[in-house]
Amino acid sequence: MQYSYYPGCSLEATGVEYNLSTRAVAGALGLELVELPGWTCCGSSSAHAVNKDLTLGLAAHNIALAQQQGRDLVVPCSACYTRLSKADHQMRHDPGERARGEMLAGFSYTGEIQIYSFLEVVRVQVGMERVAQTVRQSLTGLKLACYYGCLLVRPPEVRPFDRAEDPTSLDELVAALGAEPVPWCYKTTCCGAGLSLTRPEVVEQLVARLLSAAREAGADALVSACPLCQNNLEMRRPAQEGIPVFYFTELMGLAFGLGEASGWLKKHLVDPFPLLQRFSLVG
Amino acid sequence: MATATLHLPAGAITVDVAFREEVARLSGQPLELCFQCQKCASGCYPTQEGDYTPNEIMRLIQYGARDAVFRSRTIWLCTSCETCGLRCPNGIRIAEVMDTLKQMAVERGITPAGETGPMFHNLFLNEIRATGRIHETMLMLKYKLKTGNLFADMKLGWQLFRRGKLPLLPRLKKDPAVRQIFERAGGQG
Repeated sequence: MQYSYYPGCSLEATGVEYNLSTRAVAGALGLELVELPGWTCCGSSSAHAVNKDLTLGLAAHNIALAQQQGRDLVVPCSACYTRLSKADHQMRHDPGERARGEMLAGFSYTGEIQIYSFLEVVRVQVGMERVAQTVRQSLTGLKLACYYGCLLVRPPEVRPFDRAEDPTSLDELVAALGAEPVPWCYKTTCCGAGLSLTRPEVVEQLVARLLSAAREAGADALVSACPLCQNNLEMRRPAQEGIPVFYFTELMGLAFGLGEASGWLKKHLVDPFPLLQRFSLVG
Repeated sequence: MATATLHLPAGAITVDVAFREEVARLSGQPLELCFQCQKCASGCYPTQEGDYTPNEIMRLIQYGARDAVFRSRTIWLCTSCETCGLRCPNGIRIAEVMDTLKQMAVERGITPAGETGPMFHNLFLNEIRATGRIHETMLMLKYKLKTGNLFADMKLGWQLFRRGKLPLLPRLKKDPAVRQIFERAGGQG
């Protein structure tokens, strides 16, 4: 199966291990990700705070590029995924928005391509059964708090692939890898990543609450599907808090027995190796 | 348009119905339906440090209290996590309203004292216009230089750099298509 792949700006810098692990895991599952030629920034959280036309225009430009390639688009970053799928939804269902998007990005929208998050591809296109069959080293014993963040499954009308208040896809995935997802109440509570530079003191409180809730729920680590959340949860945590935060793709790579997995995990600010050694998951 | 003065515990505010209609039109949200159930506020973690809860912002819009809304710190604390809109029994997407208010405030050049959000967004969009993408290293440096707060997060920056997460060289590419979008969108950034 071939897809266009939109990494987004973060995956070239602070989220580099998400990029590497997504590509590797896709390969192991027989999915071919072809980087979208000429992709540009989706506008992220800044465009929609200042200018409505830029918000739609920057996203529509990338949809236009994907349309040229004629393949469905896979977007691992939750923030990019929200911007692109929201613009796609607007243009698909509202003729006025479609005309505005076409004018701003200078193209003709056909609606032929679909936009997926990588987690959605894993859940819907690959299926948990095939994931479980690919496991070479089960993550048995590892207790994980699945942190979806706020953007991945919202707003619900845009991408109803999982529940907006109590999503389950990550939980199903880590269970397929042999780990144990713990029940907790903060699956989609905002970590404040968008304010990480401008209001760190506010973000520190949000992060501290999330991490301690995961710990209270009995988790050994958190699992994330968003480069902004993962970074924020590591960068703005209280000094004494050492609970690791994995990308779900890293855990997939680890469970699939991919040799490059330890290279990704070395990039974390919070060292996950002591935990993984405790469960004999790394050498 | 009719205006009146309303005396609230917070002070006297000028009521102006036209404001509610303008925000409703720009955001596409049925603002008149908010009946202050406070479900939005109870799920809103980021704005707890703000001056108003989301439902109070909705009420101020209904009153037409332009200035109070544009000068509020709450709108800049909203991260668009959409929890409020998801839970609203009347289907008001409050994150859309918050975006609209930010856009209107920026257009009018009104921001609360000490709020660096609009400046950050401006830097961010300038990066996109210049090279088509965000180069995170440059963006962080420029923000630190502008706020004069160069040393906060220095250690963090070094840790990220050491792990290959803050590349020095951007994949520079001036993209004429992106510049055109900025021109068509009427320029901010």
